[in-house]
Amino acid sequence: MRHLMKNKVHLFRMAGLFVVGFLVFAGARAVFVPEGFGVYGHYRAGALEDNRAFPLVHAGRAACAGCHGDEPEALKASRHAKVGCEACHGALAVHADDPAKLTPKKPDAKTLCLVCHMANVAKPSGFKQISPEDHPEGVCTECHDPHSPADAPKPAPAPVQKEAAK
Amino acid sequence: MTTRREFVGKSSTFLVLSAAAAAALDNVLEGTPEKAPGYKKADHWWAMIIDIEKCIGCGNCVRACKTENGVSMEPYYFRTWVERYHVPAGNPEHPQVDSPNGGYDGFPEKYKPGDGSKNFFVPKLCNHCAHSPCVQVCPVGATFESPDGVVLVDKSYCLGCRYCVQACPYGCRYIDPKTHVVDKCSFCYHRITKGLTTACCETCPTEARQIGDLKNPADPIHEFLRTHKINVLKPQMATGSKAYYNGLDGSVR
Amino acid sequence: MQDSLLSAVEGFMYPNEIELQWSILIVLYPYITGLVAGAFILASLERVFKVEAVKPTYRLALLTALAFLLVAPLPLQMHLGHPERSLQMYLTPHTSSAMAMFGFVYLWYLLAVLVLEIWLDYRKEIVLMARQASGWKKLLYQTMSLGVDDISEESLAIDQKVGQFLTVIGIPSAFLLHGYVGFIFGSIKANPWWSTPMMPIVFLFSAIVSGIALVLLVYMVFSYINGTRIDMVCVDTIARYLMYAFIIDFTLEGIDLLHRMYEADESFKSLDFMVHTKLFVSQILLQIIFGGLLPIGLLALPQLVAVTERARRGLYLLATSLTLIGILAMRWNVVIGGQLFSKSFLGYTTYKVDFATREGLLPAILLLILPFLILIGLLKLLPPWESTANVHEGEEPRAV
Repeated sequence: MRHLMKNKVHLFRMAGLFVVGFLVFAGARAVFVPEGFGVYGHYRAGALEDNRAFPLVHAGRAACAGCHGDEPEALKASRHAKVGCEACHGALAVHADDPAKLTPKKPDAKTLCLVCHMANVAKPSGFKQISPEDHPEGVCTECHDPHSPADAPKPAPAPVQKEAAK
Repeated sequence: MTTRREFVGKSSTFLVLSAAAAAALDNVLEGTPEKAPGYKKADHWWAMIIDIEKCIGCGNCVRACKTENGVSMEPYYFRTWVERYHVPAGNPEHPQVDSPNGGYDGFPEKYKPGDGSKNFFVPKLCNHCAHSPCVQVCPVGATFESPDGVVLVDKSYCLGCRYCVQACPYGCRYIDPKTHVVDKCSFCYHRITKGLTTACCETCPTEARQIGDLKNPADPIHEFLRTHKINVLKPQMATGSKAYYNGLDGSVR
Repeated sequence: MQDSLLSAVEGFMYPNEIELQWSILIVLYPYITGLVAGAFILASLERVFKVEAVKPTYRLALLTALAFLLVAPLPLQMHLGHPERSLQMYLTPHTSSAMAMFGFVYLWYLLAVLVLEIWLDYRKEIVLMARQASGWKKLLYQTMSLGVDDISEESLAIDQKVGQFLTVIGIPSAFLLHGYVGFIFGSIKANPWWSTPMMPIVFLFSAIVSGIALVLLVYMVFSYINGTRIDMVCVDTIARYLMYAFIIDFTLEGIDLLHRMYEADESFKSLDFMVHTKLFVSQILLQIIFGGLLPIGLLALPQLVAVTERARRGLYLLATSLTLIGILAMRWNVVIGGQLFSKSFLGYTTYKVDFATREGLLPAILLLILPFLILIGLLKLLPPWESTANVHEGEEPRAV
């Protein structure tokens, strides 16, 4: 041994330092690599649950139908069948969770309807679009029922519009 | 109200919804959505279909996404956004594109009808690639493809080195100015694993976007993929993109 | 801030592209790493390829490489959103990530190659100083000698052999170190400005060029400050190697450029526009003309006509400075240039450098000064000068 180390003590000491360094590294890995790392792949398995645990903000139309039977029922038979409740009424998981906590505001039909129905050349041509300048004035919902829209407006207010036009 | 909730709520929802969705809904109503049971990762493989012929550029998806996921409101952080394409007559390869505030505020009319141009909207989001370049380059495993086919971020592990942002060919990633880690669309993982649809699909009024489970033989996504001419964005990137577009024009980048 | 980011955009960019991801700090990272690799390769010229003429710069080159290598990870570290998590790169390295693997290449190069080689080369001096010095200095040198006092002929001969072996490993390691930096950019298929198999090799040769230029400049400046004689044979030889390396580098970059222009793929119009506008100053003027053609011409001059010693020194000083600026511009053009255009190829933005922010110009300047301060410290600790003073007693004729 002594013979082997002759004139090389410093090299063996340096090698020893490297070994110590390597052991420290291996030890640190054993301690600091997070739990569940590599269970499914090269990531922390707990990250899946972290992503899942995010709170809901939109309740989803099924939750709405749970309490509000009538409007969703009417909607289903109408041209707006595909429109989810929260598409117009906003995110309402808080309300679905506890109706007392949040009372949803009625959407402003003057602006809301135009979000979808304002004419725009980029919209698919088959989609119902209006240009406010060549459409009777007024709030959309005076003539159209958003939960059961129809091409022809509701009859009652129509004469008013016509008289105004005269 | 309470009586109605108890009476109508429980009975009718169970009729309409699948068992998993109903269980999830129960948890929503009880305020403990994270406890929704019975989700098996191995049984799902999520994808999205986007029908450009149905998109009306209303921006509902963009707003719903920002609300649902707490995305920063600045006009350059989006998990999903909508682009407007204007392809001038006789020049099909040189579109003019804009996406004011990502489409969050809708698209004020900018082009004249009848000028021979082609105009349409293209919703964009993370393509949840099966061979994600972003996952490939992450130095620490802070972003990954989940067993159910969703590219997710481990926010408690991300360094914020931004290499993945560079590697995404579609511009789907950004650094969250609040947390200094990367953020991106998660296919609303907290929703789809509880039997709900994504916030963007929930609020899309025309079903222009629909989440689908490729491992569920009964999912309508199969019928859609079979009966439409489907393409993905930048197919030359060979990323295994799972955002399937119908009506994707060749001018779309 | 919002408005300035948005108003910088011309045409269309994906919304998430509007904010630039990699700042001037990431420009420094490949620059500094390149200086390291280049300096080391110059050092190995003497040791492995037995180019005796460059011996006076051997130790200086090693110490320069070490000083810059110690600073190399700092810009990356400062740029991270969560610097406190950076060690995760060693805990859970993702084997498919070029960046993660770079961490190991870096450690290997720093510890197994550079520190060991310097230690072996200086061991005699370290032991001698441990014997002479007193107080904390004695302790420091004793620690560095690992408490071994043996500087017998036999032990030094063994050191020499081991050192030779390390240098032989060191050359591919230096190639790996900087080729790998090129790969970090070249492997990003999403970015056509970066994505080319030429990238690692272009980075490597530009690294060699910048490293040689740096050592040459440092040698001349420190000799002047120290009042020691500049070894003209050494300086002429290094300048010649610098010219050769630069010609190869310039040719490679030229091939890359020509190839892109001739193929003119979907990204070409975007990139071409950029080079003519936003990158005109940094690419055409700084990188190609004043940082490329001009220094190559200056270095070629003494090969073509007789130039006096004094003028040659001036030439080299100017050429190396221009080279260092030119290579820095090249890094800038790669890192920043690769982010100024949209991956949709429909728009562009402009990078505005902040000044006194975390990723601004001020920290960048400080990061470029820091390695020189470290180098001064290293030169005090491990002076390379004494042993070089009488190396060239019998000067060889200039081997051309």
